[in-house]
Amino acid sequence: MGIEQKLGNLGLVTVKLEEAVNWARTNAMWPMLFGLACCAIEMMSAQASDYDMSRFGMELMRASPRQADLMIVAGRVSRKMAPVLRRLYDQMPDPKWVIAMGDCASCGGVFNNYAIVQGVDEVVPVDVYVAGCPPRPEALIHGILTLHEKVKGEKIKDWA
Amino acid sequence: MSDPIQIATQAIEERFGAQSSEFREQVSLIIQPEHIVQACQVLHNEFSFDMLVDQTAVDYWPQETPRFHLVYQLYSYTYHIRLFLRVPLNGNVPSLPTIESIYPNANWHERELWDMFGIHFENHSDLRRILMPHDWEGHPLRKDYPLGYEEVQFTFNYDEIDVRKPYAKK
Amino acid sequence: MPELDTHIEEVSLDGLRRLVSEEAIEGRTVLLNMGPQHPSTHGVLRLLLELDGEKVVNCIPDVGFLHTGIEKNMEAKTYEKAEVMTDRLDYLNTVGNNLVYCLAIEKLVGLDVPVRAQAIRVILTELQRIASHLVWLGTHALDLAAMSVFLYCFREREVILDIIEMCGGQRMMATFFRPGGLWRDTPVEFEAAVRNFLKNFPKRIKEYEDLLSKNPLFLERTKNIGVFTAEDAIRWGVTGPTLRASGISHDLRKVHPYSGYEQYDFEVPTSDMGDTYGRYLVRIEEMRQSLRIVQQALDKLPYGPVRSNNRKFVPPPRSELGVSMEALIHHFKLWTEGFPAPKGAVYVAVESPRGELGVFLEGDGGPKPYRVHWRTPSFVNLQILPLLAKGHLVADLVALIGTVDIVLGDVDR
Repeated sequence: MGIEQKLGNLGLVTVKLEEAVNWARTNAMWPMLFGLACCAIEMMSAQASDYDMSRFGMELMRASPRQADLMIVAGRVSRKMAPVLRRLYDQMPDPKWVIAMGDCASCGGVFNNYAIVQGVDEVVPVDVYVAGCPPRPEALIHGILTLHEKVKGEKIKDWA
Repeated sequence: MSDPIQIATQAIEERFGAQSSEFREQVSLIIQPEHIVQACQVLHNEFSFDMLVDQTAVDYWPQETPRFHLVYQLYSYTYHIRLFLRVPLNGNVPSLPTIESIYPNANWHERELWDMFGIHFENHSDLRRILMPHDWEGHPLRKDYPLGYEEVQFTFNYDEIDVRKPYAKK
Repeated sequence: MPELDTHIEEVSLDGLRRLVSEEAIEGRTVLLNMGPQHPSTHGVLRLLLELDGEKVVNCIPDVGFLHTGIEKNMEAKTYEKAEVMTDRLDYLNTVGNNLVYCLAIEKLVGLDVPVRAQAIRVILTELQRIASHLVWLGTHALDLAAMSVFLYCFREREVILDIIEMCGGQRMMATFFRPGGLWRDTPVEFEAAVRNFLKNFPKRIKEYEDLLSKNPLFLERTKNIGVFTAEDAIRWGVTGPTLRASGISHDLRKVHPYSGYEQYDFEVPTSDMGDTYGRYLVRIEEMRQSLRIVQQALDKLPYGPVRSNNRKFVPPPRSELGVSMEALIHHFKLWTEGFPAPKGAVYVAVESPRGELGVFLEGDGGPKPYRVHWRTPSFVNLQILPLLAKGHLVADLVALIGTVDIVLGDVDR
């Protein structure tokens, strides 16, 4: 407190390292294109006009996992696709987060059968679950903002 | 039955000993598996049924004879008529010749039938699984294959199912 | 549930020996995997490409990454409950999937549909066709690097999704059509919203044409790419705009009309170019003809009930349950068991934005369907991709996947 009053004239601002790093991470989180089924169309709608996601820093959707930090699993994951999903998750560099968008990614959804993985948290660890079949673009944006809140609450003990 | 269908059905009945039936204005012919390729050839060349619309199967387990009914659907662009051919198949791994040489799009239909029902097609160019992973065991759409239903978690059994669920590690 | 196997097996070259040419095994051509996760494959489609430099020698599609087991799952549910799963097949044409399933049930059990319900079904189906073509145009243009068309198309699509949400409660998977008619009558704002859309949309189509039709870059990337002749189209069982762009004028709405389409006056656009540009022109013109149909249907919209009165299959309104014993019995029977269907098989087909979408429904006298098979257009149309791609460059392959207009939910079911 005392330092800041003296430094104010020099044009400097002090802030905690956690807050600075978390702020930087949330404001430019790049999602990876992982649209599988119907939820992908709603994700595309959320990216396009009317529910613009680039207001939140997600202007680009990187197709390459090496350049992305958020994986939005949008759609149903079949048993043939599960190893591919795990491999792509492993290829993403740290820090990385996963949003399970839709009912099929959260718990298997309408499909309780031999072909669909019942919840994508059997394959990758999930941070935020967004419910809906498919969730409205506003619901997806709410999920992303919830993830931003979670990231802002991360402590230096977790990532250092 | 309109005239082109009647002519075609009668010809197939005479030459191959098929039986025809009609349900809700759709004509089906029951043909034995040995005659199916020639019947399709005749229908394609002489009666201008130039498109194979669909090829699917129905499983009648636990009834063993016939166990499957293979349903072919042919369409004619000149007369705008549809014709259904049903082929009864017996046994656990039935086998019959492919019609890929007459209708090329039967390729993927027959691969799907092999994958889902276990019906083998002789002389097929590339018979391997198409929808399930290539090392999957079993044929899912058969009636003796289980649905794979997972028990639903309600509040009263949430914890006991939770310990058995395979969650992923980071 | 068994432990999930997430280990990937390496495929040896021997396994591919039958599929690819000898040159690939020797190493003179390159084998490239255009994997399930790719920005331009419009879903989870895996293509194994054999390339000679930049030219495609062979292209082998590998599908099944979205296989949901819908056909088997529908056998475990009653007829009306299984309709929920039908939306999720071709998720860009959800209303059309509901329509064909309801038509199949109505044909199997012999249920009548009132005229008002038929007209509203036509209006919503044609609006859904426009919405599906907008997504096609947006993503196809995005792949060919025209990004603003993508944003414009999705803006228009929001208006249509608002109309569907107004009727059915949900933007995409509304399940608004039920066996016997509709779930409930359309709200009061419906007609004004549709007329507003009809007034504004024609100039939007003109906007897209101004951006693309005479654009030299677009023409360069789509003319003479993927030429497909009419004989090949018939042999390979291709239907829909891909067939009509090769010169054959065959539309199920004209040839085998359903749900009252014979009353409406519209044209079936064709083109004799047979290449990607021809398919683009056919689909743009189809959007205009859909507007004509919606205009006529809305002008002639009759008054009346929206669901059949046959209480053996259609539940009675809740107000009757307090006064009539038969209504209570029917309600109880339908809610606990569902209605039975006779033994026999039917096949009903409609014209979806991608081609002929058909349902083969076999009943066995019980309340659950014995076998439901979906003849989906994308499954059959995808087989022509290796034919179209031979000799073209890898960049053209992206245009070809877009022009065949596949939806992976349809292919894999």
